[in-house]
Amino acid sequence: MAKVLVVTSGKGGVGKTTSTASLGAALAQGGQRVVVIDFDVGLRNLDLVMGAERRVVFDLINVVQGDAKLAQALIRDKRIDTLSLLPASQTRDKDALTSDGVAKVLAELREKFDWVICDSPAGIEKGATLAMYHADAAVVVTNPEVSSVRDSDRIIGLLDSKTQRAERGERMEKHLLLTRYDSARAARGEMLKTEDVLEILSIPLLGIIPESEEVLRASNIGAPITLSNPASAAGRAYFDAAKRLRGEDIPMTVPVERRGLMGKLFGRRVA
Amino acid sequence: MEWLARLDEQIERAPGFFHKRPVVLDLSVTQLNEPGIRALLSELQSRDIRIIGMEGADPSVQSIDVPGWPPMLNGGRAASGVEVRDEPPPTPAEPEPEEPAPLLISEPIRSGQSIVFPKGDVTIVGSVSSGAEVMAGGSIHVYGALRGRAIAGMLGNPRARIFCRRLEAELLAIDGLYRTAEDMDPALRGRPVQAWLDRDSIVVAPLD
Repeated sequence: MAKVLVVTSGKGGVGKTTSTASLGAALAQGGQRVVVIDFDVGLRNLDLVMGAERRVVFDLINVVQGDAKLAQALIRDKRIDTLSLLPASQTRDKDALTSDGVAKVLAELREKFDWVICDSPAGIEKGATLAMYHADAAVVVTNPEVSSVRDSDRIIGLLDSKTQRAERGERMEKHLLLTRYDSARAARGEMLKTEDVLEILSIPLLGIIPESEEVLRASNIGAPITLSNPASAAGRAYFDAAKRLRGEDIPMTVPVERRGLMGKLFGRRVA
Repeated sequence: MEWLARLDEQIERAPGFFHKRPVVLDLSVTQLNEPGIRALLSELQSRDIRIIGMEGADPSVQSIDVPGWPPMLNGGRAASGVEVRDEPPPTPAEPEPEEPAPLLISEPIRSGQSIVFPKGDVTIVGSVSSGAEVMAGGSIHVYGALRGRAIAGMLGNPRARIFCRRLEAELLAIDGLYRTAEDMDPALRGRPVQAWLDRDSIVVAPLD
């Protein structure tokens, strides 16, 4: 049974696209059939982060409007053959996306894949609401800072009211992914503590992704961190998060870069 | 017109006293005839006092009916020709005092959500997030952190109160009076408190 997952946050720049690519790749590396969809019409990025920008021919809007078949628009990853990308249109307006059209595309994707991961645009406008509307579960990407937490809170409210599941009176499964977490700054009290974020948002924690140069580097070379550097702290954190998505019980830690003894000292449990 | 001079003094002391207030003129202490009343009315009008009716006037002016002339009122007393009935008038069925059922919410109120319940009390088992608001006709009870806005007694109820397990509110309001986070005692932040109205100010006191 395929699962439609929306990766959302409200606020921009917190790591939705990076997390979509990394979680998608991690799940696919674990043998799952995964498709990642870019819903950020007009500001598409997922193709870059996935390293597929030179292979885009058709996009989500072409499929929604019937100008292309789904098979024509899907781009299969060259490194993992169970991973595919459905890019957004860079030139079209997001008004071209219709709820019915999106529903049809998602229904078709559900047949072919185990995981359908929708990368939501920032904000709470049409693009974001369409990306979440048909989802079965949500990954709420949050940075440990007040503005990001408040925006995530707003998004959780929308997930519980403006989605198909909510309208049917069903519960939307929600997971918190805390990204750009800096252990050193957290220790100095310069960031919100994990338990404060959890207390405010009160949804279960999927993982804590440490702030890392590696993540930035991975995005720039067009490879999700779980592919380009699976042994890195962020890479391991995404692998753990992907396992938790599949229902595995993995103890929650903040992985750190392996630096011998120091690394062991800091690799402590946090929640 | 010594009376008018004293009225002016009064208005000077309390400029808003008559502002937009409907006023009934009691003429029983005067013996003013029609031109006298007319003069008095124009004096009052020039002071922006709105006369909606008059009572106790000399019988000779009772029946004047010209446009702009305030209607005569009779202080609610029966005027004449009281109808005598054998049976008591049917008492209108007393409307059942509607029992205000409180609203119970057992989920956190998220940023951007607004709970509006003019009928009565609102109880929230969970937190009210920053950027969320709860408005109630009665009191508000939050079994969690109150980080957003709580507006109790929204339709005018000075007896409404706000209770919360942890005060981190952006704004508390009762019966139209409000207090922002900035005006709250920092020592109360993070503590269980209740807020109520004492005359014209909101009092916030710890519950523990």
